[in-house]
Amino acid sequence: MFARMVDTQTEAISVKNLRFFYGEREALHGINIPLYARQVTAFIGPSGCGKSTLLRVLNRMYDLYPKQRAEGEVIFDGRNILERGIDLNLLRSRIGMVFQKPTPFPMTIYENIAFGIRLYERLPKSELDGRVETALQKAALWNEVKDKLSASGMSLSGGQQQRLCIARTVAIRPEVILLDEPCSALDPISTAKVEELIDELKRDFTIAIVTHNMQQAARVSQHTAFMYLGDLAEFGLTTDIFTRPQDKRTQDYITGRFG
Amino acid sequence: MKGFMNDHTVRSYEDELALLDKKIAQMGGIAEQNLGQSFDALERRDPNLAENVIKSDRSIDVLQREIEDQVISMIARRQPMADDLRHVMSALRITGDLERVGDLAKNIAKRALAIAHETHPKPVITGFRHMVELALRQLKDVLDAYADRDAARALQVWHEDAQIDAMYNSLFRELLTYMMEDPRNIGLSTHLLFGAKNIERVGDHTTNIAETVHFMVTGNSITEDRPKIEQVAPVSQFKS
Repeated sequence: MFARMVDTQTEAISVKNLRFFYGEREALHGINIPLYARQVTAFIGPSGCGKSTLLRVLNRMYDLYPKQRAEGEVIFDGRNILERGIDLNLLRSRIGMVFQKPTPFPMTIYENIAFGIRLYERLPKSELDGRVETALQKAALWNEVKDKLSASGMSLSGGQQQRLCIARTVAIRPEVILLDEPCSALDPISTAKVEELIDELKRDFTIAIVTHNMQQAARVSQHTAFMYLGDLAEFGLTTDIFTRPQDKRTQDYITGRFG
Repeated sequence: MKGFMNDHTVRSYEDELALLDKKIAQMGGIAEQNLGQSFDALERRDPNLAENVIKSDRSIDVLQREIEDQVISMIARRQPMADDLRHVMSALRITGDLERVGDLAKNIAKRALAIAHETHPKPVITGFRHMVELALRQLKDVLDAYADRDAARALQVWHEDAQIDAMYNSLFRELLTYMMEDPRNIGLSTHLLFGAKNIERVGDHTTNIAETVHFMVTGNSITEDRPKIEQVAPVSQFKS
């Protein structure tokens, strides 16, 4: 039986009193939550609970949309990233994101990875080759594509495309990786490969994952946040959330009593 | 977690959990009956009743296998979480304890057959009967606690096991005295001693069930030390 562990880890990101608005509508009502460094934190909850909204605040993705705004603090590396004057491109190179639908660039597999690296660094070809290989190795894709790096990224299967997107993200060496339902479009075998990947990636990166699949959240994460109608209803060790949740709403959701 | 419990959205899941409880109740009922009847057979020196108990134990074993199969199937198919997970795991543990209670009752029935033609020492049998009645009451209470999801009641049963242990120790001393009075009493006394030990073991299994119920309801183990009278009656006490 796992003992209740005391959390004495560092926080890669600290969310404090975060409120989020779509126009006039408040979608997040004062969220306080830590993202522990080099751990996987899963966000679960029914549709519309705010979990994807929360994820998209963490690297200011909402900035792309005019009527969306955030208040409160999201502390990363000692700074509140919601402030004015934050370099958003730099932020997004340090906090990367992978989306539900695989989004390979319409380029070669090699270029898919190299493109992002070149935006931030000027490297000789041999070093660039090395970085591309490392990224593809880390994404457990290297063996499948090493002989066709000049093939189009779009020619890969769905599962491979998603791993390519993950490789692309890790290539620029972020500190945090945000995954928004990364396996929803994938078959069980690809899903298992991505979950194995997440297990390995957490050694080097802090990971936040939003997922509809509770069993996946239970498998891959160390901490789980249950969100409900824009609130953080419960947050704790994944083992505790799934064996003895404290909040009735959490229990109802994970046992299939909702609705 | 108190309060109104919603049903599972998927009706068949709800039905399967209810079936699990029904089988536990069934199994518990037969175990209680067999325990009571095994002692009746012993006290009344009734070999027919003893034989019936021995035969009836088979249906306990069948129920145990059914419950185990259902729990494993549900884990694979439903991936139960939180209270549901604790529920099915508890059913699995309890079915093991109840099967042992059934075996202990069967064992007493066998001893009843062995000593059916002997004269029983009345005070010892009376003491034995009190022990059986207490064990039966405890078993019934803990099974009710399971059905009602009553952790407080389970904790109460857990505490009262100490009484059964005390009664066992007292019976132990009485039987030793009886054996020392007359060696011809040894055969009968030994059977009665083993029988009494069986009842003490029933008490232990009931305590296991109580711990399981407490965990099922609250998600936490009982943290106190088990109430146990460890001191066994020293032999020197009996030397004249």
